[in-house]
Amino acid sequence: MSTLTLTRPERVGHPLRDTAIVLGRELKPVLRDPFSVVFSMIQPLFFLALFAPLLSGVTGLGAGSSLQWFVPGIVVMSCLFGASMTGSNLLMEMQTGSHERTLVSPLSRSSLLLGRALKEIVPVVVQAVIVVAVVAPTSFEVHPLGILVGLLMLSVFCVGLGSLSYALALAAKGQDWIFWTVQQTFLFPVLLLAGMLLPIDGGPEWLRTLSKANPLTYIVDAMRGLFAGTYDVGQLLAGTVAALVVCALGLAVGLRSMRAAD
Amino acid sequence: MSELQSTSPMIEARALTRHFTSRKQTVEAVRGLDLTVERGELVALLGPNGAGKSTTLRMLTTLIPPTSGTATVAGYDVGRDPREVRRRIGYIGQGNGAGHNQRARDELVSQGLAYGLDRNTARDRAVELAASLGLAELADRKVSTLSGGQRRRLDIAMGLIHGPELLFLDEPSTGLDPQNRANLQEHVVALRERFGTTVVLTTHYLDEADSLAERVVVVDHGTVVADDTPDRLKAVHASDRVVLGFRDHADAACAVRRVATAHPRAAVRHDGTHVYVEMGGGTFAVPALLADLAATGTPTVSVEVARPTLDDVFLNLTGRSLREGTGTDQSTPSETEEVVAA
Repeated sequence: MSTLTLTRPERVGHPLRDTAIVLGRELKPVLRDPFSVVFSMIQPLFFLALFAPLLSGVTGLGAGSSLQWFVPGIVVMSCLFGASMTGSNLLMEMQTGSHERTLVSPLSRSSLLLGRALKEIVPVVVQAVIVVAVVAPTSFEVHPLGILVGLLMLSVFCVGLGSLSYALALAAKGQDWIFWTVQQTFLFPVLLLAGMLLPIDGGPEWLRTLSKANPLTYIVDAMRGLFAGTYDVGQLLAGTVAALVVCALGLAVGLRSMRAAD
Repeated sequence: MSELQSTSPMIEARALTRHFTSRKQTVEAVRGLDLTVERGELVALLGPNGAGKSTTLRMLTTLIPPTSGTATVAGYDVGRDPREVRRRIGYIGQGNGAGHNQRARDELVSQGLAYGLDRNTARDRAVELAASLGLAELADRKVSTLSGGQRRRLDIAMGLIHGPELLFLDEPSTGLDPQNRANLQEHVVALRERFGTTVVLTTHYLDEADSLAERVVVVDHGTVVADDTPDRLKAVHASDRVVLGFRDHADAACAVRRVATAHPRAAVRHDGTHVYVEMGGGTFAVPALLADLAATGTPTVSVEVARPTLDDVFLNLTGRSLREGTGTDQSTPSETEEVVAA
């Protein structure tokens, strides 16, 4: 036992296998305790119940019902909250010593980030399914193909955003206040400028300009089109590009931070 | 494994140096440290907080690169082949290795997979280790619900999942109650007896280094200041303390001169009715000394011989008591911060 008879050298440090191990580990608490995850996703339902009714008199929501306009935004919003906060899990593991333990293991540095970032796809899908299931009996029209494509786009975005959140946790060096200050400072402008809660179109010129600089705006617009079953190529392309740019940037920054731990 | 690797030392560090820079100030945490550990040895790195023990361990476990110098661990260079080193070593850090929202068994299996075990082997090892560390009933519990001692045992199980040939433990007993500390020491000793695992641990508990390790490496200001068995360290670097009591002040005053003449190399001092002697080999010298004092008319009425401790060794080597340092834990977090940045 003392001479590595248990391990198979060819298995150690294979990037795909390592990523699968890290992803598997991240998902275990979710699988063991699905209800705790469902409860953590209760927030979007409050927005549906307590905010959506206020939209009935608002103009600029497009042709469909106000829920048809609001639901894609709320799906994106809950993912934005979740993925931007996900670094706090790593932050906690840095404080307890769990992260250090994985750094001494032969797992590749990249897999420590990739496996975690890929996990962000799970809440994207689960939250969307819950929200759509709740609004399906109302005036909201369900277009499965559009929802599927929209979630694919949103997943790409969340992998990137999750990576950025992990990079922030690594940069904060385990200090909570740095992480939360930066996360909150970033979160609300991005959230409000994407026109998730209220349409931006009626706003002043400068606000609309800022909104156009926000990649999330294009994702929210594309999601609205997709959830309504309209497939506007230009809109779809802009959303896809925005998601890919955030994903590429996030992974680049995240991988660089995690490899710097070497 | 090649012939060369199995006969070469388990650890060979040469001129190992690590600087940290914080607020434009350079701190030399480890300065040109040399250390050789043979296969199968159980070595304790002893020193106060901030002496450079943990930084040394972090370099040997590939957590941080050395600023200069080299280290070969388990046959591989820590800078060139960190992954080969990582495969072969187990590491039990100062914190808790298991994620708080994970279940104990899941963490053991994940850890096994990370070290290249297949799923079945990882599961079998998890069951086996959980049983041998008294965690069998706790395996399905969430880590956050385990007590400090239970989490520490889980850390040990995780560190051993791949059967490493070399195990590092960084301050393993910190924060444990005496019973759990004794328990941990038993596991370390048993591990060595069963599998011949080489063990390197850092500690600032003197009794732990004294009772557990065959070899104590005293580290201070980032270098090795002494390296030997606990007994030899005490024999060479510290003396026995003998306290002799007399009937009255006059007898003590006479005796002090008599003792100083008989043992010119001893430090002799007189206070009231007592004479204090610091000398090497005091336990052997005392019977003759007592007989001599009785024969010359100043008989002793009480005698006390105190064996030196590693603390005395440390005090003599560095001019500081190791016990003074135990309250200051600041050095460790700042080192940890640097690790993340490094």
